[in-house]
Amino acid sequence: MTEPPEHQAAEFAAALAPDGAPAAPERPGPDSVSAHVVEFKRRGVHWEAHVPPAQVVAAARWFAEKGFALDTLTGVDWIAQGEMEVVYDFFHPHTFWRAAVRTRVPRDHPELPTVSEVFPGANWHEREAHEFFGLRFTGHPHLTPLLLPEDADFHPLRKDYAP
Amino acid sequence: MTLPEPYRLAAFVLGALAFVGLNAAYLVWVERKGAARFQRRPGPTEVGPEGLLQPIADAIKLLSKQVIVPPGADALLFRLAPAVVMAPALMTFAVLPFGAHLTARPMSVGLLLAVAFGSINVMAILLGGWASRNKYAIISAARVVSQNVAYEIPLLLVVITLLMITGTLDLSEIVRQQAGGFWRWNVFKLWVNPLMPVTFVIFFICLLAETNRAPFDMAEAESELVAGAFTEYAGMGFGVFFMAEYANIVVGCALATALFLGGWQSPFGIGSGVGWFLLKLYLLIFTVVWIRWTFPRTQFYGLLNLSWKILIPISLGTLGLTSVLLKFIRP
Amino acid sequence: MSTSAALADAARAAARAEGRETFVLNLGPQHPATHGVLRLKLTMDGEYIARAEPVCGYIHRMHEKMGENRTWAQFLPNTSRIDYLSAMHYTHAYVAAVERAAQLEVPRRAEFVRVITSELNRISSHLVWFGAFLLDLGGFTPLLYAFDDREKILDLLERITGARLTYCYYRFGGLYNDVDAEFLRGARDFVRYLRPRLDMYRELVTENIIFRKRLEGIGVADAELCRRYGATGPVLRGAGVAYDVRRAEPYAVYPELDFKIPTHPRGDSLARYLVRMEEMEQSLRIIEQALDLIPEGPFRSKVPKVLKLPPGDTCFAVEAARGRFMVRIVSDGRDIPYRVKLRTPSFSNLSLFEEASRGMLLADALAFLGSLDLVIPDIDR
Repeated sequence: MTEPPEHQAAEFAAALAPDGAPAAPERPGPDSVSAHVVEFKRRGVHWEAHVPPAQVVAAARWFAEKGFALDTLTGVDWIAQGEMEVVYDFFHPHTFWRAAVRTRVPRDHPELPTVSEVFPGANWHEREAHEFFGLRFTGHPHLTPLLLPEDADFHPLRKDYAP
Repeated sequence: MTLPEPYRLAAFVLGALAFVGLNAAYLVWVERKGAARFQRRPGPTEVGPEGLLQPIADAIKLLSKQVIVPPGADALLFRLAPAVVMAPALMTFAVLPFGAHLTARPMSVGLLLAVAFGSINVMAILLGGWASRNKYAIISAARVVSQNVAYEIPLLLVVITLLMITGTLDLSEIVRQQAGGFWRWNVFKLWVNPLMPVTFVIFFICLLAETNRAPFDMAEAESELVAGAFTEYAGMGFGVFFMAEYANIVVGCALATALFLGGWQSPFGIGSGVGWFLLKLYLLIFTVVWIRWTFPRTQFYGLLNLSWKILIPISLGTLGLTSVLLKFIRP
Repeated sequence: MSTSAALADAARAAARAEGRETFVLNLGPQHPATHGVLRLKLTMDGEYIARAEPVCGYIHRMHEKMGENRTWAQFLPNTSRIDYLSAMHYTHAYVAAVERAAQLEVPRRAEFVRVITSELNRISSHLVWFGAFLLDLGGFTPLLYAFDDREKILDLLERITGARLTYCYYRFGGLYNDVDAEFLRGARDFVRYLRPRLDMYRELVTENIIFRKRLEGIGVADAELCRRYGATGPVLRGAGVAYDVRRAEPYAVYPELDFKIPTHPRGDSLARYLVRMEEMEQSLRIIEQALDLIPEGPFRSKVPKVLKLPPGDTCFAVEAARGRFMVRIVSDGRDIPYRVKLRTPSFSNLSLFEEASRGMLLADALAFLGSLDLVIPDIDR
C-alpha cells in the first residue's frame, strides 16, 4: 500500500461500488460509495470515504487486506438531521497512511453490522459506541456496556440525553 | 552447670520464646531498615530513636486487632494453622547449639529433629491456605507444597553429604569437629570434598526456598496472590505467621552456621564462644534480607526447574563424589 | 442470561467434558498487580488461564461528554487527567487538533518547548512504568530509584507549569508561559544526570538472569495481533514494527530532530521492556538537540478570546508514552465542541490481552499485563 491517497481512494471506491461510478466528493447520497482525498494538514487524514451502513464490513475487509489497522470507531449524533454518523479511523502501521470511513444510520433505527469479525479490536470500540450512542452492531458477540455499569440502559453521548 | 529437669524446661521455654519473639520483632526492624538503606530512604524513624520501638508499636497494633474468621472457612483449621506453623520452629530451638554448653537439649538425633520439624512448616501453610476458603490462598498453598517437595530433596541430599563427613547427627558434636580455625569448617573442608562450598550454596538456596523468602516467595507473591495463604488472616493470626517466618529464617541460618560455618567456633582457633555463633547467624540473616531486596521473584516453573534440573543433579553428584572420596582416599 | 455468562458456562461445560474443571478467579478491581482499578475475570484451569476477561469502567468519568458542555479552552484541564502519567502528550494532541481546525500559528519557540516538555514527560512516565513493572515481578527496590529520578523531572516541570502531574501547560497557539534560563539549564543537567542512571539500570536490572528468564518468550504479541487490535506504542514497536506517530504523522518540530525508533522483533515482554528503556535514551537525545536549537521569540501567538472553530471535523494524533493518542473533534461552528473523541492507546493495548493471555500461567500473565504499561483512567476515560 505505497500508492498515493488518490489511487487508494479510487481503488477503494472501485472495490466497494464495482457497478456504479464513484460519486462526487461533496455531499454523497446516503446509499452510494464515495472516496476522496482530503488535506492532511487540515483534517488529520489522507483520504476519506463514505459507505452505506450495509457495506462497512466490506470496507473494513478492504482495509484489513491492505494491512491497515483499525484506529478507533466512534459515533456522532446529528440530532438535527435525525441521523447517527459512525466514523471508522484506520492507520497503516508500515506506510503511515490515514483514512477515515463514514457511514450514516437513521437515528431512530441505529443499526449496522459489526466489523469485529474483521478487526477483533473493534469489539471494544463497538461496545463503547453501543453504550454511549445506542448504536446496535448486529452480529456483535458481546454487545454489553464496557465502561458504563453493566445495567446501564441510557446513552449519554446522545444529544437528547438528560441525566 | 546442669539444672534440674523442670527448671531446665522452664528456662528453655522462656528463653526460646523470648529469643524468637525478640528476633521476630527486631528482624522486622532490620528488614525494614535494611530495605530502606537498599532503597536510599531512611526507613522507620518515628517511634523511638531510629524507629527502634516500631516493632513494639506494630505488635500492639496487631494484638489489638480482631481475629476474623471468614464465613465459610474451616474455623478450627483456620485457627490451628498459625499454631502449627509456630510450634515446630520453637521446638527446633531445643537442639540448636548456640554455644559449647548452651544447648537446651543436646540430642544424638538433633539434626534429624531439626530437619523433620522444619518440614512441618509446609503443612501448616497448606492448612492455613486450605482453611481460608480463598482462591488466592489455595493457589498459594498448592505452590508451597510443590515448592517444598522440590526443595526438600536437594536439601536432604546436602545434609546426607555432610553426615557422611561428620558421621554424627548430634549438632554439638558436628560443631566440635570443626574446632581450630576457619579452614577446619565444613564449608572449607576441600580435602574431604572439593565441592564443599557448592554444597553450602545449595543448602543456602534451599533454605531460602524452604522459608519462602524472596526470590522464592511464590507463596506470598503479593503482586500476584495478594498475600497468598495469609490473605484472610488478620491481627495476630497474621502476626504469628509473620513471626514464624522469621523464626524459620533464624532456625535455617542457625543450622547453616552449625553445619557449615563452624557454629560457635572462632575462625582463628582461639576465643570461641556464643558470640561467634550469633555473629555468623546474623550475617547469614542479613544476606537473606539483602537477597530479598535485590532480586525480583522467580517464576514458579523457573524455581522447580532450578531444583529438579540443577540442584538435585549437583547435590547427587557431590553426594556420590563424597562417598567415593571417603571410601578411597580416607579409609 | 448475558452473553458473557453464557460463554463462561459453555467454557465450563467444555472443560468438564474434557476432564478439566475450571474456576473463576476475580482479580481486582483492587489488586496489587492491576495498578488502579482494572478488574480481570479469570477463568482458571489450575494456575493456567483458560480465559481472561478484562472488566473496565471503574473510573469512567465521561470526559467526552464533559467536552460537549464547555468551551474549547475549558476542556483543556480535562485532557491532562485522562492519562495522568503522560499529561503533556494528551494536552498536546487536543491543543494541536484545535490549532489544526482553526489553522492557528504556533511560534517556533513554543514548538521546541512542547517537544522538550513532552519528552521529559515521556521519560517520567516510562520511569514510573519501570518501577511498577519491577514491582509486579517482585523486585521492590527499582521503584524507589525510578521515583528518585522522576522527582527531578517533576521538579523541573513544576517550575514552569505549576503542576507536578496534571500539567495544563499548552495553550491554543502556544504555551501558558515562557520557560526561563534556569529550566533550560535544569533540563540539560537532567540529561547529563540520567544517562549514567540508565546504564546502571541496564547492568542491575536488564542483565539480571531472573528478570530475563521471567520475560523472555512471555506474552508474545506479534505484529499481526497488534494490527488486528490496533495496539500501538511500545507494544507495536516491541513486535518489530517501527510505527511512531512522531515519524508517521510528524508534528511540532520532530522532523528537524534526529532520533531513532527503537524496535525489537520478538514481541515478548522483554522486547517491550527493551523498547521503553531505549526510548528513554532517545528522548534524552531529542531533549539535548531541542535545547541546542531552541530559538528566542514569542511563546504564544494571538488567539481570539472566544474561539469558534469552523464547522467540520478534524483529528490530531501524537505519540503518547503508551502509544498513539488521537483526538477527533467535531465542530458545528459554535464555541463549544460538538463532539470530542479520545482514542487512547491503553484501551487498544489492553483489548489484545484476552486473546494473547490464553493458556498462560497466572504469574506470566501478570508480567505480560505489566509489560503492556496500562494506565487505567486512560482506558476508562
